[in-house]
Amino acid sequence: MLAMNYRGPYRVRAVQKPVPEILHPEDAIIRVTRTCICGSDLHLYHGMVPDTRVGSTFGHEFTGIVEEIGPLVQKLKIGDQVLVPFNIACGKCNFCKQGLFGNCHESNPMATAVGGIFGYSHTAGGFDGGQAEYVRVPYADVGPTVIPAEMDPDDAVLLTDVVPTGYQAAEMGGIKEGDTVVIFGAGPIGIMAARCAWFFGPSRVIIIDHIDYRLEFAKNYAKCEAYNFKEMEDPVVFLKKTTDWYGADVCIDCVGCEAEGNTLQTFSGRVTLLQAGAATALQWAINSVKKGGIVSVVGVYGPPFNLVPFGNIVNKGITIRANQTSVKRLLPKLIDHVMSGRLDPKGLITHRIPLEEVSEAYRLFSSKLDNCIKTVLIPSAKH
Amino acid sequence: MEPSNEDYKLIPGWGMDADPENEPTYPMKKYTGDDHNRIHYERSDQQPELVEILRSNERPAITRVFGTSVPPSGFSGMIRRYAFQHSEDRYRHWIPLILADRINMLEGLIEDFKKGQIPNIIKERGLAVEWKHNRAGLIRKAVAVTLASLVLVSLFKRKK
Repeated sequence: MLAMNYRGPYRVRAVQKPVPEILHPEDAIIRVTRTCICGSDLHLYHGMVPDTRVGSTFGHEFTGIVEEIGPLVQKLKIGDQVLVPFNIACGKCNFCKQGLFGNCHESNPMATAVGGIFGYSHTAGGFDGGQAEYVRVPYADVGPTVIPAEMDPDDAVLLTDVVPTGYQAAEMGGIKEGDTVVIFGAGPIGIMAARCAWFFGPSRVIIIDHIDYRLEFAKNYAKCEAYNFKEMEDPVVFLKKTTDWYGADVCIDCVGCEAEGNTLQTFSGRVTLLQAGAATALQWAINSVKKGGIVSVVGVYGPPFNLVPFGNIVNKGITIRANQTSVKRLLPKLIDHVMSGRLDPKGLITHRIPLEEVSEAYRLFSSKLDNCIKTVLIPSAKH
Repeated sequence: MEPSNEDYKLIPGWGMDADPENEPTYPMKKYTGDDHNRIHYERSDQQPELVEILRSNERPAITRVFGTSVPPSGFSGMIRRYAFQHSEDRYRHWIPLILADRINMLEGLIEDFKKGQIPNIIKERGLAVEWKHNRAGLIRKAVAVTLASLVLVSLFKRKK
């Protein structure tokens, strides 16, 4: 089968690999119909995530058709069209039972801090991902969800990560009616977080980034205010001023470890890797939120640590809320939002590229060329 | 000394202000109290371990499923095995893993050459799309890298 293949930082190619096999009685093999490149895949692509081995196949956002099932799989049948949450969850451990499907304790032997994630390094379990024609899906009765017949396949693939992560980012913010919400990062997740924030009743949603075409897109798609931090002397002062010198009620970090905007953070986090990426967005979130405010974090940070102004968290009494998204928990509500037309996930897609051209697709997304917001890879022309 | 049985419940005021609604992780987490059962929960069957799987030393046993994509091998594999002797809390875990990743990249190149395959770096880096959409930027980057390389070479020669 054709599959994306990692060769080292900034180098990927499409290669032929063996079709995956059932390795556990609760496995399914899925023939992939759509798969996306996620912003967090770029952290792998840029060599930022430890234990990313040459030969791995990335891809944690995918839909497909059930091709084969293990003997204990009961809820899926061959031929079902499914969307597959990015996190691998057993459904039985204490964390899964409490709705923390992103923190499963039975899917990743290589680290205890993170559950298994498809195609996201050996730090997240060493699973091959969905940027391939076929993928092995463990615990097939738990994660995969049959796509409603009327749902557009492009909407379905974005329900595997982008929509739930954007939604959970807003949900964790504990947004109250009338709040001012600031979102750092106008990538697909940030844009979706801005759109989903409105579900919780704020009076203002502000998005901050430095790429004009993305800010323009966010303004139109998420009906929010959008500002370029490179056009302001100090984004924290700007946000204080625009909130009557009070601070935002809720700040959301949708950037993670590859932020721009602070020389010291960039040098220590991205150039020298002395910390796990540049925590600029998190720093701004902590310093822009009001006293007693909430900072929600869905941006990806790698191990082992980041430099953030922790003293300000204590002194301001800030609540930090963060987690890998519990896709499975959120799917029923989000499928309803999509089917009723309240959310338009496919509106984020700007590029559809055959899997054969995966190298170009990664470069396009990584370098933010051709006004790229979201790239979908199509494994085979027949889909 | 730890309290035996449930003696702690006899402490004056024990539990009187407990508020089940005060759950800051809600709605991310629907608290059930199962956490107190620790790792004693029903499990799925065990996936057979057919390739070498490195595992965190912060848990007693391997998880019921795991990925088998790229088992550790070569010199990078030796470094990864060393890294996994240390917990996720230690630099001795993460820094060797980053080092192993970089060595693994060189091993990948050697493996390509061994197979008689010359890696098409220009293709793998997707430079065609950069050339198409950001030609000036690509040229600027190429000139900057060339100049930096020339400076380094001249500095190296001067030292000699």
